Amino acid sequence: MLTTQFLLLGAVLFCIGVYGVLARKNAVMVLMSIELILNSVNINLLAFSVRHGSVDGNTFALYIIAIAAAEVGVGLAMVLLIYRNRRTIALDDLSEMKG
Amino acid sequence: MLAQEMTAEVVASSGWFLDHAWVIPIIPAVAFVLIIFFGKKMPMKGSELGVFSMLASLVFAGGAAWQWIQRVNSVVDVAHDAVKEGAYHAAPYVEPVIREWTWWQSGGFHFGIGQHIDGLALTLLVVVAFISSLVQIYSLEYLRGDRRYTHFFAALTLFSAGMLCMVLAPNMVQLILGWEIMGLCSFMLIGHWWEEEANSRAALKAFFTVRVGDVGLLIGTGILFFSANSWTQENLGVSGFNISGLSAWAMSGEASSSALTWGAVALFIACIGKSGQFPLHTWLPDAMAGPTPVSSLLHSSTMVVAGVFLVARVYPVFWEGMKIGDTNINFIVLIGGITIVIAALLAFVQNDIKKVLAYSTVSQLGYMMMGLGAGAWLPAVFHIFTHAFFKACLFLSAGSVSHSGSHHSFDMKKDMGGLAKKMPITATTWIISTLALAGVFPLAGFFSKDEIIDNVGYGGYNAFMIVGLSGAFLTAAYMTRATYLTFFGKARGAAAGEHHDEHDAHADVHDLHDAHAALDAHDSHDAHGADHGPHESPKLITVPLMILAALALVAGLANATPFGSNWERFKKYVEPSAEYVVIESHMATGPGEAIIVPQQNTTAEGGEGKYDKGCAVVAPEAGMACYFPTVKHAPFKWSKAALSLIIVAVGLISSWMFCVQYYTRRNKRLVGLTERSKVLRGGYAFLWNKYYLDALYEKVIVRSIAHPIAAAAAWVNQNILDGIVNGVGKVSRRVAGWVYRNIDQRVVDGAVNGSGAAARGTGGALRPVQSGKVNQYGALLFAAAAIGALILVIINT
Repeated sequence: MLTTQFLLLGAVLFCIGVYGVLARKNAVMVLMSIELILNSVNINLLAFSVRHGSVDGNTFALYIIAIAAAEVGVGLAMVLLIYRNRRTIALDDLSEMKG
Repeated sequence: MLAQEMTAEVVASSGWFLDHAWVIPIIPAVAFVLIIFFGKKMPMKGSELGVFSMLASLVFAGGAAWQWIQRVNSVVDVAHDAVKEGAYHAAPYVEPVIREWTWWQSGGFHFGIGQHIDGLALTLLVVVAFISSLVQIYSLEYLRGDRRYTHFFAALTLFSAGMLCMVLAPNMVQLILGWEIMGLCSFMLIGHWWEEEANSRAALKAFFTVRVGDVGLLIGTGILFFSANSWTQENLGVSGFNISGLSAWAMSGEASSSALTWGAVALFIACIGKSGQFPLHTWLPDAMAGPTPVSSLLHSSTMVVAGVFLVARVYPVFWEGMKIGDTNINFIVLIGGITIVIAALLAFVQNDIKKVLAYSTVSQLGYMMMGLGAGAWLPAVFHIFTHAFFKACLFLSAGSVSHSGSHHSFDMKKDMGGLAKKMPITATTWIISTLALAGVFPLAGFFSKDEIIDNVGYGGYNAFMIVGLSGAFLTAAYMTRATYLTFFGKARGAAAGEHHDEHDAHADVHDLHDAHAALDAHDSHDAHGADHGPHESPKLITVPLMILAALALVAGLANATPFGSNWERFKKYVEPSAEYVVIESHMATGPGEAIIVPQQNTTAEGGEGKYDKGCAVVAPEAGMACYFPTVKHAPFKWSKAALSLIIVAVGLISSWMFCVQYYTRRNKRLVGLTERSKVLRGGYAFLWNKYYLDALYEKVIVRSIAHPIAAAAAWVNQNILDGIVNGVGKVSRRVAGWVYRNIDQRVVDGAVNGSGAAARGTGGALRPVQSGKVNQYGALLFAAAAIGALILVIINT
């Protein structure tokens, strides 16, 4: 069925995203992985929206796209600043937040 | 006779000050903001704002009190007319002036703010405003040149505002607000000289110890709200936070008794913390680290009487919850009784003049609590009133002594003695207040303290009457000791004109406090900079002292029971009547509206067995509400008063003889420990022994709770032991050291320290999670999300 395929695609994207966040050392790659996760959620929302014939899911997806854009903006700005200060964006080196 | 069905309509008089009493705490609160922002630029560095705001509050409070008296008269007169027309006794319920506005609302709950003005509130309002004004005037001189002069006045003003706000509170929420403001300000003021570590530690201790009790306040308020809300909404149209609503609910007979009991216990735990009752009294003596005016304000009219006030305010809750009406020992009377004796005994072994007064306050608060716990509501409230004057006077006198007599030392043994000749005004005010505190006949303390003792006995608590009498003996004795050490005998140390080493180099720099020689650079034209020997304090200090001493002389006449009922003004104007009120008449009608005088009750005073119709015994009929239980009043008998007067006299004289013998010998370097008054020794042995038995029970609990602070305990033990050598023999010295070490230090501090250690341990355990690795955080996030999803799936299937 169509919905199932959409959901499967969403699940696959989500898993790839999670793998990226956990395994990648490069901050930009992590940001991209987060985008993947967000978009997998979008696909889920749209799939259910179509299935229930409701517009709610679409609305949520639009919100998420806007928020994701903002998030990437902030994230990239941070990465840029980190690069300026440290000449690297490898996450392993960034452990100043250690408590 | 138609009288029983007859209802008379009364128009209770009101007035602008009564209707606008809510302004009273607003004035100092506004002054606080102004001092903070503009104080340093003002010509007197903001202190004038503080003094002015307190005087304005005093004027408002005085006006409101005057109008309240007229209001009571207007109602009582009509009631008397009704009696003439054939009604039974009518001691009508004078409706308090209640105004309430919505402060904020959340989820359908409205939290009000406003005023609840009745005799009790007005008594406290006037006392607080009056003492605060005098203390601020006194501080103008006492803290002259202090480096945080402006902040001191700001905090002092806010402190008074907090107390006034609490006293006015028409509901528990506003009461908590004022209560917490005071907690914060006491922290700021006790730690005023925070550069010295001991001071900031004392401030923290005060804050945390009171905080332990405050948990009880929140829990108790919660219990009462959720139990009472539906009843009060249905019958009175007010929320379960409302104080008169809570009172009516407690007296209605429809309240769940377990809710009442636990609510009352929780609230009383808060009072234990705030009012320095055993076992949470340890913070009060340490609070002496603050400047003396702070101690004076804190110990006389604000802060510590807040707990007593809370019990008196929602008295029906305690009356029903603790079963005060019957003569079994209840929680309040027990705590009060223990506190009286424990604190009074500890006062004997202090060398710091302010600590003697601190323990004295604890002991006097014990009297108030004991009175409330035994049904002696009016004497307890009256004792708040009289105690405020003489205790404020004692603290300010002690401050005057250290300011001008002992070179900023508070050590009676090292730096005082023989000051009566050098400081005649201070010595006179001190001695008047001491006699008032001891309860010598025409002075204030006699009329209040004796009434408490008398009524406690009359209420059936005979054992606690004996406790009260022993307390009176001890009070007389330890105050005599302090008086002798300070003002009589041979001058020692600074009182003899010697100086501390650190001052020799800067002969004309006069500092406020020993530890601040370097911090407080004084003006060179400092009024007393030139003279280094002991001398009388300037007028800004002595005038407040004289006013307070005058009140310590005459304040007792405000409710002089021995002189007949015409003198019992407190009873007429402050004590709420216990009559039933028709509920519909107590809707929020606002001031000046008609109330209905109920006539069906024939409450007689003084006689036995005539209370069966009182609110305390019989649940009110449907459609009626009680706002106060029927309390008994002991008829005054000179024989009983004579007994306590003799006890006080024995305390004064024996202690005086003891001091003359003992301390003069000590001065000659003859430490004759075994030579001392046998009367005292016998009395002490008995008291200490009783004390020991009480303490033994605690030991079982104590041992299992806290060990790790033994080092701190040992240090205190040394001080205590040293002190007791001066007062009593070796047997009692061990006992007292033991009690201080185990109960004060282990149970109380152990609990406080334990909570700190628990927080630190939790923090330490969670620390490794904060690795700083982004990927690890991500893993935690996803793991948590996965677990959450799993739970959702499980729940939904």
